[in-house]
Parts: sequence; structure tokens; C-alpha cells
Amino acid sequence: MKKILEENLYGQSGWRMIIKRFKKHKLAVVSLWFLCIVVVLAIFAPVIAPYDPNKVTGSFGRPPTLEHWLGTDQIGRDMLSRLLYATRCSLLVGFAATIISTIIGVILGLVSGYFGGFVDNIIMRITDTIMSFPYILLVLVAAAIFEPGLWNIILILGLVDWPGVARLVRGSVLSLRETDFIKGDMVAGMPRRYILFSEILPNTIAPVLVYATTVFAISILDEAALSFLGMGVQPPTASLGNILNGAESITILTSKFWLWIPAGLIVILLVISINFIGDALRDAVDPTA
Amino acid sequence: MFHKEIKEPLMRIENLRKDYPAKGTGLIGHKNMIHSVDGIDLTIYEGETLGIVGESGCGKSTMGRQMVALERPTSGRVLYKEQDISNMPAGQLQKIRTEFQMIFQDSTSSLNPRKQIYDILAAPMLYHGIVKKENISHEINRLLNLVGLPSSVRHRYPHEFSGGQRQRIGIAKALSLKPKLIVCDEPVSALDVSVQAQVLNLLRQLQEELRLTYVFIGHGLGAVHYISNRIAVMYLGKIVEVADTEELFNNPIHPYSKALFDASPLPDPKCRHRDRIVLSGEIPSAAALPGGCRFHTRCPYAVDSCREMEPKLESISAGSNHLSACPVMSDNLRRRDFSNGREENKDN
Amino acid sequence: MEGRKIKIIKYIIKRIFTALPVLLGITIIDFIIMSLAGSPLEMMAGPRVTAGAVEVKAVKLGLDQPVYQQYLNWLSQLLKGNLGYSIKNYQPVSEIIGSHIGPTFLLMGTSIIIGLIIAVPFGIYSAVHRYTKRDYALVSLSFLGSSIPSFFLSLIFIYVFTVRLGWLPSSGMTTVGGEGGVLDIIKHMIMPSMILAISIAGSNIRYIRSSVLEILQQDYLRTAKSKGIGRFLTINKHGLRNALIPIVTVLGMQIPMLFGGAVIIEQVFSWPGLGLITMNAITGRDYPVIMGVCLLTAVVVLAANLLTDIVYALVDPTIKYQ
Repeated sequence: MKKILEENLYGQSGWRMIIKRFKKHKLAVVSLWFLCIVVVLAIFAPVIAPYDPNKVTGSFGRPPTLEHWLGTDQIGRDMLSRLLYATRCSLLVGFAATIISTIIGVILGLVSGYFGGFVDNIIMRITDTIMSFPYILLVLVAAAIFEPGLWNIILILGLVDWPGVARLVRGSVLSLRETDFIKGDMVAGMPRRYILFSEILPNTIAPVLVYATTVFAISILDEAALSFLGMGVQPPTASLGNILNGAESITILTSKFWLWIPAGLIVILLVISINFIGDALRDAVDPTA
Repeated sequence: MFHKEIKEPLMRIENLRKDYPAKGTGLIGHKNMIHSVDGIDLTIYEGETLGIVGESGCGKSTMGRQMVALERPTSGRVLYKEQDISNMPAGQLQKIRTEFQMIFQDSTSSLNPRKQIYDILAAPMLYHGIVKKENISHEINRLLNLVGLPSSVRHRYPHEFSGGQRQRIGIAKALSLKPKLIVCDEPVSALDVSVQAQVLNLLRQLQEELRLTYVFIGHGLGAVHYISNRIAVMYLGKIVEVADTEELFNNPIHPYSKALFDASPLPDPKCRHRDRIVLSGEIPSAAALPGGCRFHTRCPYAVDSCREMEPKLESISAGSNHLSACPVMSDNLRRRDFSNGREENKDN
Repeated sequence: MEGRKIKIIKYIIKRIFTALPVLLGITIIDFIIMSLAGSPLEMMAGPRVTAGAVEVKAVKLGLDQPVYQQYLNWLSQLLKGNLGYSIKNYQPVSEIIGSHIGPTFLLMGTSIIIGLIIAVPFGIYSAVHRYTKRDYALVSLSFLGSSIPSFFLSLIFIYVFTVRLGWLPSSGMTTVGGEGGVLDIIKHMIMPSMILAISIAGSNIRYIRSSVLEILQQDYLRTAKSKGIGRFLTINKHGLRNALIPIVTVLGMQIPMLFGGAVIIEQVFSWPGLGLITMNAITGRDYPVIMGVCLLTAVVVLAANLLTDIVYALVDPTIKYQ
């Protein structure tokens, strides 16, 4: 029996060890469950939501009742339904922006690290330049120039977020390039595309994945901030940020807590659980760090 | 003793140099250069094992990487079958370079940790069209068996093997391209002593079966002595002595070779020398080489001329393939031989 | 020692040289965004303006010249300190920035200090008591601090301290019609600076914790410990100097984040700083003002990074100057 156990342990690929170490972080496991549930709820929002999020029902600005679990807003829309759709929207923005910036960052980082020299210099200076602009300010300016809206926000966040990924990938390419298995590939006369995409790229996936969780969390926060400032997702489309935008009005803030507290809580819970997951992943991928 | 059979040169190294900029120098102003390989001439004959020994930092690994065109020389050339591989266009090099492969020291980093053995071995063979796709599985089994591993391991990952086993896979990887020459860069120095012997025996056996030529870069003299036919001793980027293995161990001429052999005890007592040399003084930096003979700062036999003239690597006696870069000791030897000869004459 | 000095000076010169292309890049991006936003002619165009007048104006503004020439003109104006004029009230942008930069720096400076006062002791405490319940609690709290959107926290603070308790004012820098004074400003500053400080502390407790952990594992501390020097003394005497290095880095990293945070916080609390005028400029499409602020902040960030690297070089004797 023990032998089998041992064999299982040694027969595992790196990913299984990572999962095993990840499971040690209780908060991260809870967070992962939470995130999964929220994602499922968001995906199936059209099925789950009790009302159409934009339909005006009979009651206006009502506190939570059995009919409307989270009450209704001032123009009579069901808050639970709006919240479900808003979560869906915020997750979409975060996810899509993360994908875009990760792809851009990975490609630029690979190119920069592998070819080095002049190309590397140019890419790194561009990276420095973009990183010098205060992030939110850059996004706000971009949002002001291009019409604010769901897809523009995704594009803007995606186009601004890549420098961190690019630096990370470049760093790991630089260290991988010095390893003997890459030297062995060169001695074996393997082509550049093989070395870059088949040998180097798979070895950068783990750190990039960890970093992507951070980008995901930041993107969700940024969408919320932008929409809160009125420069993000535009009503009537619900997003967590523009629901909170309503709370700037003093009557909502003081007497209609159900209109802003739940949206804020969801943002916090989403971001904190993504951060916990990212932290545990970082630890699981590289336990020595 | 040497011309038992006439050997063809497989690789010739001509006046090879490699300089690196020293770290820590500024943007403006002149840069210090480290002369890692500093003018080497060497010929590697088909079918032999040429051992290369020297302290760490003497440039032996740099030279090894230049032999397989991993690094371009600062000047000089490396000729493989009379073709200059050190300045060859990339496309042309791509085709010929399968013929000279390398085995690395660190078996952990020489195999991609995210790939199964099968994929590690298959990719280069398929790329170069050495094996047809339908035969690849068979070929991988053959290679694994050749290096003494069961073919069942092919779907495992590198971290599931021991150091010795990984080095066997490294050897299989080098062999997969059917090379003529293999540069072994300290292939056993990271292994346990018992495993070292196994890997060395494997290398020897493969050499006989496949008629390979080895350049064996070594740190420990034991391994180099065991596997090499001929040995070159390197000091600070230059070769100071070359000779057949037994000749070198029994009769080292250069004081550095003597010191090197004295410093590492060999299991074979016959190879010990009576007059031990223990090196004193620091090894000079390769960025600021001493003038004249670069060993004179640590050499107990140094005379004035050593500080002025850089000695050449020359035969110790006419027609001998024992070359040494110490004219002082070579002269001594000739004088001793001469007086020995006179004594013999007297007896007659 | 002499050699080290020369090395540091060389490194600083080199570092300044690498910052120059970035500075140039910043101005180019700035100029591109300005051009993308539309030419000033469109804004003056109207039914009463003839095409001829527009053309005359275009020549006067140099808009008939090639783009690179326009950029160079703009750049030379920039070097003279001319950032252009606001579209809304024709005030020079440099003047607008000059009159609002004070409150922003006041808010940012206070927040950094409070943030570090929270983060440094907690980070060190957490590192020293690694893997205890208190450590986990602190780390979780720091995650919470960096996960709360600052505007949501602001809403909660306003709800609690202004609406419910009525202790603190929720907008402006001074009480309108009040007698003003330092106390009044402090009262107005408590909430915005606390909120910024919380997010600074949140992201930095973990950073300081891991830096201190790294230091604790180094040999000289183990030696000091084995000599019987108490744990607290050890950390203070030997570790703190080295812990200063990550704090310097933190300060450098914080500045771009703070500028971003200030935009939101100043908006919520109507704090009369750069963030507020930027937000007003953005909603009013007042591009010269927006880009002036962007340029200024980018240059400040660049300078902060440069300064961080230099201080780093001075503090850390083991850094490699490459």
C-alpha cells in the first residue's frame, strides 16, 4: 500500500504537486469555491435572475422583501437581478482585459527576452514609459477620448495592463535562455520557433498564471472605479461600479443601504478571493520564494 | 607509440580566442576584457578521446561551447572536417551541426522539466528528418536501450529519474542525431562516484560501438585519466601541455601539469611523482594576465626569461607528440636525457 | 572605496541616460493623445467663423506644418514651461496645476506617512511571528485592505463618520464660511488620508513582511541570535538598516498608485487637488489640462523611480551596477 502511494507521488507531474500544495491554503480553497459559485451564477444569470434587470416593476426604492430579496431601485428595477447581471458584466470585463493584456505581455516579453539587444531595449523603454503614467489616469484619459462603454473599457484595460506581464516573461526567458536544455536545443540545431514556443513558453506559464490573477483582481477594481466615476460601463447596462455610482447621492447613501452595500461587498469578496487564490498559487508554484 | 594507426583530424582549432567584457565597467571609458580563451591551437583526431583538464575558470568550458558553435569566437576559427563552423551562416550551420553534439554537466537543467522523455528525444530527430515519423517510437526504444534504460521510461518526466539516469538520457539525446563528435562538458562531476564509473563505462562502450570521437572536459583527473587517450592541460585560457594519457601522467613536463597531478591524488600509485609541487599564490585574474609565461607568478621554477617571453607550445623532442609550453623544463629534460645517454655510453 | 564612488557615479549617469528615452516617450504619448483628441480648430469652428479665418488661425498655430514639426514646436514650448491654455477658462495650464498641486501633495504625503506607520510595524511583527495565528490574521487583513475599492470605503466612512456620527466633514479642504486654520484642514483631511493610507498599508504589509523574512534568514542575523542578542534587539540593530531598502522601493512604487488613488478620492471628497481638476477636465474634455497633468505626473513618477534606484545604490553595498 505504501509503495503504491509513493509511486503515485513520484508518478505525478508538476501540476499535481502544485494542486497538492495549493490545497494547504484553506482560505484559498474557500475562495476558489466562492469564485466558482459566483462565476456559475454570473454565467447563468439569465436563467437564475427572477426579473429582467432592466424591467421596471411595480415598487420603487423598496427595501428587501420576499418578492424582491434585495429590494428595488428608485426606478423600480429588481436589485438581485441587476446585481447578478452586474457581476456577470464585471467578471467579463476583468477576464477579457486579463486575457488581452496577458497575450500582449507574453508575446512582447518573449520577443524582448529572446532576441535581446536593440529590440529588447525598445520594448523595455516602451514598457517603462507606460508604467510611468499613473494607471487610472491613463485609463481615464483613454476612456474620455474613446466613447466609454463595455468593449472599449475591456480594450483600454487590456492595452494598459501588459507591461507587468511583459517584464515577468522577459525575466524568465532571460533565465531560461541560460539553461542547458535551451543550449542543447541550439546545439541540436533546433529552429527558433521551436525553442521559443515549445521550450520556453510552457516554462513561463506558471508564473504568468499567478501574475494574471493579480491583473484579474486589478481589472475588476478598475472597472468598478471607472464606472463609479461614470467613465466606464454605461447605464442601463448594470455593472458593479455603476450601481455604486448611485450611492453618491446622499439619500441613497443614508437611507437606501440595499442599493449600494451588496454591490460593494461583491466587489470586495471577488477581489479578495482572487487575491487569496493568486497568493496560494504563487506559493504552490514556487514554494522556495 | 603514437602512430599505431594513421588518424585523420576531425576538428582543428586555430588560434581560437574568446573575450568577455568584465562586469562592473561603466558606460563610457574602456572596458576590461576577460580573455577566457586566449589563442588555442588544437587538433582532434577521429576516434580518439581528448581529455581537457584545468582549474575552474581556465576557459575549458568556453572552448567546449565554441567547439559546438554555441558561441562565436572573438577571433580564430574552429574547423570541422575542414569547414569553418565558427563563422558559418546560420542556415548552413543548422544542417552540419547535428554531427557534433554536447553532453552537459548538470543533468537537471539539460532536460526540459515540462516534457516527457519521449518528446525530448523525438523533437530533434523529427526536425532533422533523421528518423521517419512511423519509426520514431522504435528509434526511441532503441536509444533508451542503448544507454541502458528500459523503454518503459519514455513517458516519464525528467524529475522522476536519478542524476545518473538523467545523464543517460542526456547521452541518448546527444546520440539521437547520430553525431561524429561529442563534447562532454564535465558530464560526471555532478554524480556520485559509483555512478560516475557506470556513466564513464557507458561512454566508452558507446564509443566503441558507434566509433565516436569525444572531447572530454573534466574537473576530476580520475575520470579524465580513465577515459582519455590524450590529454590537454589548460591554464588561464591557454593550453600548456598536450600528450598521450600515460605519457602525461608518468612524465609531466610543465610545472603546472605537475602541480595539478600532485594536487589530486590518484588511486593508482604508479602515477604518483616523487617531487611534489604545491602551488602557492593566487590564480591571476583572466582580465589582467601576467606578461610572459602566464604561470610564472605561481611557478617554483620560474626564471627571468619566463617573465618576459610568452612560451610556445612545442614538442619536447623532435617527432614527439608530447607538446609542452615550458622551455625551461624541456631544456632540463633534454640535458638530463643527454647526460643519461652519456652514462649509458660509459657503461658500455 | 574610491572605486566604489566612481562606480556609483557612473551608475547614476547611466541610469539618467536610460531615463531620457522614457521621458521622450512620455512626451510623444502625451502629444499623440492630444492630437487624437482633436484639433483646437474644431472647437473654435462654428457658424460665424469663416473658413478663411480658420485657415489663418491654423497657420498661426502652426497646424499647417508636418506633424513632427508640430511636435517639436510643442516640445520647445513645453521646455519653456508653457503647457498650453485651458479650453474652458483660458487660464494657463501651468497656473491651474500650480494652484492645485499643493493640496494633492499634502494629501499624498500624509497618506504615505500614515500608511508606512501602519505597514512597517505590522509587516515586521508578522514576519517575526511567522505562521502564527496573528501572522495569518495580519496577512488576511492586509489582503482586505488592498481589496476594498477606495471609493466604497469612502462611502462607508462618509456614512459612518459624517451621516451617522456627524464627526467629520465629507467635502472640501476647509469649511465654507468658517474661520479656517490648520485644525480645520486636518479635520477635512482625516477621512481621505486614512482611506489612502489603508490601501497603501494593505499592499505593503505583505511586501515588508517578505523582505523582513528574507533578512531574518540571512546568516548574520542567525549569528547575532546565537550570540544571545534578543530577538527584538537583533531586528532593530541588524535588520532594520537592511529593511530600509525595501521601504525605499515601496515608496518609489507607491507614487504612481497614489496619483491614481488621488483622482478617485479627491473626486469623492471634493478635495481641491490635481485629481479633482483632472476629473473635471476629463468630463469637460479639457484636453490641455488633462495632458498637462498626465505629463507632470509621469515626470514625477519617472523622477521618483530614478531617485529610488539611486538611493538604492547608495544604501545597498551589494548592488551590481550593470
